[in-house]
Amino acid sequence: MIKYALRRILLTIPTLLAIVTIVFLVVRVIPGDPATAALGDYASKQAVDALRERMGLNDPLWVQYLQFLGDLLRGDLGTSMITGQSVREQVLYVLPYSLELAVFAVLVGMAFGIPIGVYTAVKRNAAVDHLGRVFSLTGLSVPAFYLGVLMMLLFAIKLDVLPATGGGELDDWKDNLQHLILPGVTLGLIMTASVTRLTRSAMLNVLSEDYIRTARSKGLAQRVVIFRHALRSALVPVLSVIGIWIIGVIGSSVTTEMVFVRPGLGKMLVGAILQRDYATLQSIMVVYATMVAAVNLLTDITYGLADPRVRF
Amino acid sequence: MKSANPVAEPIQLRSQRQRQWHTFVRNKTALLGLVVAVLIIIVAVFADDWFIALLQDRDARPLIARFEPFKQDTFNRLQAPDSVHLMGLDDYGRDILARVVHGGRVSLIVGIGATLLGGIIGTTMGVVAGYMGGAVENVIMRVVDALMAFPGLLMGMMILAVMQRLPGSGLTKAIIGIGIIMTSGFARVVHATALSIKGREFVTSALSIGAGNFRIIRLHVLPNILGEVVVLVSLQTAQAIRIEASLSFIGLGVSPPTPTWGNMIKDGMQHITYAPWLSVFSGLAIVLTVLSFNLLGDGLRDVLDPRLQE
Repeated sequence: MIKYALRRILLTIPTLLAIVTIVFLVVRVIPGDPATAALGDYASKQAVDALRERMGLNDPLWVQYLQFLGDLLRGDLGTSMITGQSVREQVLYVLPYSLELAVFAVLVGMAFGIPIGVYTAVKRNAAVDHLGRVFSLTGLSVPAFYLGVLMMLLFAIKLDVLPATGGGELDDWKDNLQHLILPGVTLGLIMTASVTRLTRSAMLNVLSEDYIRTARSKGLAQRVVIFRHALRSALVPVLSVIGIWIIGVIGSSVTTEMVFVRPGLGKMLVGAILQRDYATLQSIMVVYATMVAAVNLLTDITYGLADPRVRF
Repeated sequence: MKSANPVAEPIQLRSQRQRQWHTFVRNKTALLGLVVAVLIIIVAVFADDWFIALLQDRDARPLIARFEPFKQDTFNRLQAPDSVHLMGLDDYGRDILARVVHGGRVSLIVGIGATLLGGIIGTTMGVVAGYMGGAVENVIMRVVDALMAFPGLLMGMMILAVMQRLPGSGLTKAIIGIGIIMTSGFARVVHATALSIKGREFVTSALSIGAGNFRIIRLHVLPNILGEVVVLVSLQTAQAIRIEASLSFIGLGVSPPTPTWGNMIKDGMQHITYAPWLSVFSGLAIVLTVLSFNLLGDGLRDVLDPRLQE
């Protein structure tokens, strides 16, 4: 098992390197000068030259690439092209907000999606099953930011029970949680739709197996058959794609953070894009890539633990 | 044994097409998806009489929408929906219904355009990788893996952010940017199918009578992946429209004053507490459109995906 985990960790390195390289190339190879773009068309030539020099844009591409990789290895994310501030410091400030949002959303998604999926599979073709289908297909079709707008309208503006915007104080857990609920449930509901769909179809597959019939004919209680015999093996395919959903949540969190004006990586990224701050942009993309690689790694290892058929 | 049965079942004289159509129309939700998607396309195309205007060299006049999307009525700005302006007026006093209809045009052009672009490139990549194998396959599929490992929206943001510094319209950039994201989905599915077809007897027999690679791909491989590609086109269009909405919500892609569903929601956010209709209706349009393409794709998959057929 440890050997499997180690091999899996080693395999993450080329993937990460590939993404970092794509990010590096996209920013530089697409025509147009990043420094001119960042400073605007009316910037003086001296200002543009100075920025180019400071960002190392005058060096040959491979020197820039090695420099970029070296900085990343030392944990240096560079400085903003606009404000000159350290990107690392800003990232460290907003990262807890983004992480708590993602974790909360995933918990909501699993907590709702798995039970609904099991229930609609057991009640196949009943009214509740059709209702569940409509719910999950709608969930797959609603952009996260629009659901966020609706949630805000209902719970923050109409009912006025939760704060509409901001991230709250990290030290004050109550304040923090209050600010977390609306964006977290928004993202969580989107994820619920996919979890419900997959859990239902996995359960339906398992429920038609012979050993379930055997369990039933032994006279076991329905509850035991469903939870102990069926759900256990139905969860294996669900676990195998949970990583894809978490990555989806990370992607959707960008617009959700914007709707709720919440500090976070996504909001920082959008700020960098609108200011054409390519230095910050590429560093944030690297942070995202690392998160994605970490999620994939954890999923694979958990999957190995959950499914005895996976050989190490 | 069966033929000896005197009351044998009547032979079904139906072509494969007829059977597929029959399965499709029996699926009520898929049919609903098709009808709604077609209606949305009709409304977007005939929102104004641009095709006549083009011939007569004048500005287009409203056809389905009763008002023009750019005409301002600042005196009545932020007016709530009523019987004249069914969805109300925005902060410049522009008719929101007209803007939703015209925004749909942008969404559909980008959604369908990006899907076609990604579909053509992705299908080609998938067929070539699956059929050729070897180093070509390795290189192509590793690129696809890298593209898929990243959330589509983030990838789209990065591509469009960098394309900001290029000249050209936001519409073209959005189509190219989202098209690149769509590529990987097509390539992966087509690759898997092409691999399985490659091993089938009819390909071997074609090879044995001396058919060239191009001929085999055209006559034997492509027709067999068509069904899957059609399903993907529908599902990926839904996806592309959703990504376009998110990108224009962020402020990337097609820029104001041209209405898009995403930028209308964004603009409406400033007035959300007292004039929610600015954001709510264009969001409903996104949900309805994406849902209809998803339902259609789901239904088509039941019909066209041979693995699901009994």
